Amino acid sequence: MNWISALPELVLACAGMAILVFGVLAPKNAFRLASMFTIAAFLITAMLVMGGTTSLGYSGLFSSDAFSQFVKLLILAAATLGVIVSLDYSEHENMQRFEFPVLILLSTVGMMLMASAANLMSLYLGVELMSLSIYVLAAFARDNLRSAEAGLKYFVLGALASGLLLYGISLVYGFSGSMNFADLSAELTSASQASTGVTIGVVFIVAGLAFKVSAVPFHMWTPDVYEGAPTPVTAFMGTAPKVAAMALLVRLLSGPFAHLLAQWQQLIVLVAIASMLLGSLAAIGQKNIKRLMAYSSIGHMGYALVGLAAGTPLGVKGVLIYLVTYVFMNVGTFACILAMRRRGRAVEGIADLAGLAKTDLGMALWLAIFMFSMAGIPPFSGFWGKLFIFQAAVTQGMWVLAVIGVLTSVIGAYYYIRIIKVMFFDDAAEAFDARPASLSFVAVAGGLFTTGFFLFAAPVEAAALAAAKVIFG
Amino acid sequence: MLPVPLGHYLTVSAILLVLGIFGIFLNRKNIIVILMSVELILLAVNLNLVAFSAALGDLAGQIMAMFVLTVAAAEASIGLAIVVVYFRNRGSIEVEDVNMMKG
Repeated sequence: MNWISALPELVLACAGMAILVFGVLAPKNAFRLASMFTIAAFLITAMLVMGGTTSLGYSGLFSSDAFSQFVKLLILAAATLGVIVSLDYSEHENMQRFEFPVLILLSTVGMMLMASAANLMSLYLGVELMSLSIYVLAAFARDNLRSAEAGLKYFVLGALASGLLLYGISLVYGFSGSMNFADLSAELTSASQASTGVTIGVVFIVAGLAFKVSAVPFHMWTPDVYEGAPTPVTAFMGTAPKVAAMALLVRLLSGPFAHLLAQWQQLIVLVAIASMLLGSLAAIGQKNIKRLMAYSSIGHMGYALVGLAAGTPLGVKGVLIYLVTYVFMNVGTFACILAMRRRGRAVEGIADLAGLAKTDLGMALWLAIFMFSMAGIPPFSGFWGKLFIFQAAVTQGMWVLAVIGVLTSVIGAYYYIRIIKVMFFDDAAEAFDARPASLSFVAVAGGLFTTGFFLFAAPVEAAALAAAKVIFG
Repeated sequence: MLPVPLGHYLTVSAILLVLGIFGIFLNRKNIIVILMSVELILLAVNLNLVAFSAALGDLAGQIMAMFVLTVAAAEASIGLAIVVVYFRNRGSIEVEDVNMMKG
């Protein structure tokens, strides 16, 4: 019983309980203090994660290794930035309740558990802890019909996805005789051919997790929930949970199910192609920038799946680097979207950005950097993410996949660059309200990371490769 | 050996799963029915887990079934809370009325 291996999670979960008690006992509204404590808890946890050792704890339920460390640090960074961007919005929109940061914290615990899962049981509990907290977050603006509807839609479809995931888990368990990843791997490798029951189970599990990363054909909730949920929640939902779910897909498919590559590869290739196509085509006609970001994230998950489909350490390394670049450019874009506020009211139309370069050049420049990066234009980080992904696909001889990926990113560049055109060449609309410091901080941090990524790409790449090698043993 | 063969359990649970999924997608009336369908899916899974556990002589499946029951309770409470929030804003829980945003 090596309980120390889960020390970061234990500390974070206890901090969550403590902040909850503090929020209840505090004499006046404790939103800001609770948020600060949450950020502090994330930072302490990140330090514990960095100091963690490689170990397998809790009778093989929980694995702490280079892969989980890499993913957890990324999740914690995304969650910290998510709390920071929520500070100002919550106070404007009258949702400054201390439960907000606590829910983000609890879902982060769930995501960290997902990153470390070494058993189908801990996997399921991690997924549910993450999802249940996010259902509540999506409906957090409880006087707002759109937020309530977003929460309802996300809950119904999310519950269906967990049901499918669970059914897959039960089939894999029944037909292979174990829930432990190590035993599963041994069992599936020794079998002369894949059992039909296990294959069907894997398909169900992939369907359940594809829902969480919003890959086509399980994407239908994404645009509605992104549009309806309060914007800081959308910012959080678009980053950390995607990272966790993608890491879980990688860990499962390249770990215990690596021997079934022939079975799942076709599936992932199809899902990746469909996501890339839908992400680039459906976003073209959007007028609401949050909806546009929803389609954009569907497309990005398609690219990340290309790396997974390659089924090699090189591909997994590509996925991890892609996720790193994705988190920072996404969170930065949402900081800019949150700064779109006129006379105290949040606006979210693309047309509202008209002529931003004339009224607020700084914000227009940062947003332009994020859009160039998402379109995959060098030297911004988005380009490097795509480069590693396509490199992995080409090395495996998956030319069709790589060519489709490049073509869809060209199509996608159209709507990213359209935003830049609106900001720099259209007639100026009324100026936005002054930006709060918290949003400027996140936008600048994301922007500097995105711009300067090529300077420190080497250590990130080395860490990603080390993490990928853990999965392939 | 089980008195009832494993295949029978799996068939019942597959039927329950399909009923639950169709209950979500074909139901055009009420959101509460959707919540019931979700429970049906989770119960189908539980039946599967317990049957496999007995057939394999392995306890993990039954432990998992306990976790699933617990999570199902949490999920139902959160689902009902969201439905209440939605009803307060919209004044209705008809499935056809959930159409503010078109996706």
